[in-house]
Amino acid sequence: MAITLNVNGKAQELDVDPEMPLLWAIRDHLQLTGTKFGCGMALCGACTVHIDGQPTRSCVTPVSAAQGRQVTTIEGLATPAGHAVQEAWVNLNVPQCGYCQSGQVMSAAALLASNSKPSDADIDSAMAGNICRCATYVRIRAAIHQAAETLSATAGGHG
Amino acid sequence: MYFRHLEDNATPDSVPRPSDLTRREFLTLTTVAGTGLTLGLVLPGCTPKSQSPAAAAADRLVMPFVRIAPDNTVTVICKHLEAGQGVWTGLPAIVAEELDASWDQMRVESAPAQVPLYGNLAFGGKIQGTGGSTATANSWQQLRQAGATARAMLVAAAAKQWNVPAAEITVSEGVLTHAGAGRKATFGELAARAAQEPVPTAVNLKDPATFKIVGNEKLPRLDGRAKSTGKQQFAIDVMLPGMMTAVVMRPPRFGGKVSTFDATKAKAVPGVVDVVQIPRGVAVVARDMWSAKKGREALTVTWDESGAEKRGTTELMKEYRAMAGEKEAVSVVRRGEAEAALAHAVHRVEGEFEFPYLAHASMEPLTAVCRLAPDKCEVWAGCQFQTVDQGNAAAAVGLKPAQVFINTLAAGGTFGRRANPESDYIAEVASIAKATEGRYPVRLIWTREDDITGGRYRPLNYHRVTAAIGKDGKVAYRQRIVGQSIVADTPFAGMIKNGVDPTAVDGSAPEQYDVDHADVSWSRAKVGVPVLWWRSVENTHMAFSKEVMIDELAEAARRDPVEFRLSLLGKHPRATGALKLVAEKSGWDKPFAKGNGHGRGVAVHESFGSVVAQVAEVTVSGDKISIDRVVCAVDCGIAVTPDVVKAQMQSGIGYGLSAALSGRITLTDGQVDQTNFHQYQVLRINEMPRAIEVYIVPSTNPPSGVGEPGTPPIAPAVANAVRSATGIRLHSMPFDLAAARRGLSQKAT
Repeated sequence: MAITLNVNGKAQELDVDPEMPLLWAIRDHLQLTGTKFGCGMALCGACTVHIDGQPTRSCVTPVSAAQGRQVTTIEGLATPAGHAVQEAWVNLNVPQCGYCQSGQVMSAAALLASNSKPSDADIDSAMAGNICRCATYVRIRAAIHQAAETLSATAGGHG
Repeated sequence: MYFRHLEDNATPDSVPRPSDLTRREFLTLTTVAGTGLTLGLVLPGCTPKSQSPAAAAADRLVMPFVRIAPDNTVTVICKHLEAGQGVWTGLPAIVAEELDASWDQMRVESAPAQVPLYGNLAFGGKIQGTGGSTATANSWQQLRQAGATARAMLVAAAAKQWNVPAAEITVSEGVLTHAGAGRKATFGELAARAAQEPVPTAVNLKDPATFKIVGNEKLPRLDGRAKSTGKQQFAIDVMLPGMMTAVVMRPPRFGGKVSTFDATKAKAVPGVVDVVQIPRGVAVVARDMWSAKKGREALTVTWDESGAEKRGTTELMKEYRAMAGEKEAVSVVRRGEAEAALAHAVHRVEGEFEFPYLAHASMEPLTAVCRLAPDKCEVWAGCQFQTVDQGNAAAAVGLKPAQVFINTLAAGGTFGRRANPESDYIAEVASIAKATEGRYPVRLIWTREDDITGGRYRPLNYHRVTAAIGKDGKVAYRQRIVGQSIVADTPFAGMIKNGVDPTAVDGSAPEQYDVDHADVSWSRAKVGVPVLWWRSVENTHMAFSKEVMIDELAEAARRDPVEFRLSLLGKHPRATGALKLVAEKSGWDKPFAKGNGHGRGVAVHESFGSVVAQVAEVTVSGDKISIDRVVCAVDCGIAVTPDVVKAQMQSGIGYGLSAALSGRITLTDGQVDQTNFHQYQVLRINEMPRAIEVYIVPSTNPPSGVGEPGTPPIAPAVANAVRSATGIRLHSMPFDLAAARRGLSQKAT
């Protein structure tokens, strides 16, 4: 069945089972491999994408449910928050194995889009759905704080 | 450590080891240097030419571990797997240091599977593999030499071109300069000429006091950006033309085998292209992962379970308790007069310790890609054990190991899981390629359920310990250990000496402290659940019982836990140094505000050539343990990349906390009870301490490991902190305060 998906600003038609999770449509059919498979049950967050700006676990979202909406993957992350998060990730050497980090970055970018100055408790609450077996959590917290500062400095500069 | 004992079993007469060759022979054999000479033609036992890191090209300097290209990039050929532990940063740093390169020009790529050239020198050089926290230690001299050699060839080329004495040329940040002649050139500009220079017979290595890159706190990880932007490629991301995706249905109990299967319904699922039997189960091959999974759901298999393990973990633990110290036990350490000393002790503590099976649960579920041709088998995977994987893939497809070409990709975690003697997931993908006759490249993906239920766990273990202090102040220690052997019945069984598997028992108190009377024994349990090394291997349980018992002994003797340990570390200066540093940095000598569930505890443990000491501060609230702060001191010799060392300590602490707080695999009637992260709970960000401080003991010793040694001390440090806060003794993992309280009240009545 033909499904029309808008991913990273580009509309694309796919001939897939409408029940196929968005994750596998993105990875196997659009060959956008930055979004990762971790658990298939929305338990680990490795597959996090944005749908209309909201962080969403693509491994349990049927591809049909994403029709008519804007899907953003790590490859298309271009918001100021997204950019600030990625720069902070690089600055603080956050990644280790790196496999979960696409999902971490997508969750962190969404957090900063809605909360420009999160506390440690806010971060723990927003990021608790993203597992990192390398336990880069201390640096994830620090990097989110750093990204928030960058964003506020930039906003201040424009103000 | 996994293979530190392997060296004893090496057969150097059959395979040349780099250490057996003279340095000159080694460099001559392995240096391509733009002459058209390729590695495979000259080195006996080497894999073919196309497996050399790059085709010989006249415009660049190509050496076994370093390549310098006209675009001024310096690429380090990394023989070790990058699985997060930072070898793609640490190993390039060693080369860059001796080369006087600029960090910006450094690149890294995985070496092909090729021994002895890329063998792990800590494993005797004949096996290429990563493990035992050996990557930096065994590469240290090798890569310093490689960097210095390339530097000398660049200098020689510049001297010739500029007609000046080589000794007058300086090198800094990737630029060669002759001040007198006013000449400058980059590495890239000189690469082609350097390739024509003879390989020097001797090179000087730098004085470590002059290091600028090694030891630099600010070095960015070379893979940091790719891993922050989704661009890092893992095996699961490999896309080959016409590639199909496979999942495997495996027996529900370990040791089961396929009896019959009916693929009718599976084949009717749209997208499914093949259903084939392989030695480990039945594979469903489809055009994408979703179709493969749906196909597997529609598959019917009947299993022959005559040889399957049908016991559950409750029965197993009961058997283990009965086995402890009985006649089958083999002696691990025997020293002094343990029985007499224990009988006449002044202070005495006892404990029974239970440790569950643990899954590694790396974030990238096991994945491998295979493309099979009549005379060639290519594999893409996060290979941790290239030589073994090459052999197992070859056996699966009926080719020679040299016909198997391994592409080692970054691994989305391993923690030991990918280094297994059977190469389970790689053998599976090769078997599927064989069964489908190489009609298409095939990618095998394990689901999370496959991973959690798939075995190769940290072994279930039982310890019974009695520790005591005599009138003379001397310590006596008796320990009974029961668990499976990791290496028995594998090609690594040679590591077993006098009936003792070191991967089951190393790191006991009499090895790590000055204990005068000791009696440690091990009973090998034979269970059909496959087991494997899990980050820090035996130290995960050995450090726990040791550090909890020593702490309780200190308490019984009314001694300070740090002071008591120091009094037993007279013969262990590095442990003394790490413990003193962690005590100082944590403010151990300052009053600690107890009450309201606050407590702090300490632990120290040596593993993989490094010593790590940790102080944990906790808050106990009801049955919940929160870890507020961890202070960590590590002695790992020279810290090549200090920020990576700190990251590995943080990571080891998090991994160890996961096991302490919630990790547990149980079996009922031989079937694994947990399937995914809702049941096999792992540490999340809200459970991670807010503060982790890491301090590195200054050292001029050669580097030792950091990937694993951060894990062992954290669980006992937390258990000791909880006891200091509440009086409750936590002797089993994962910690269960409610159960421990019940135990306490039973004992009290």
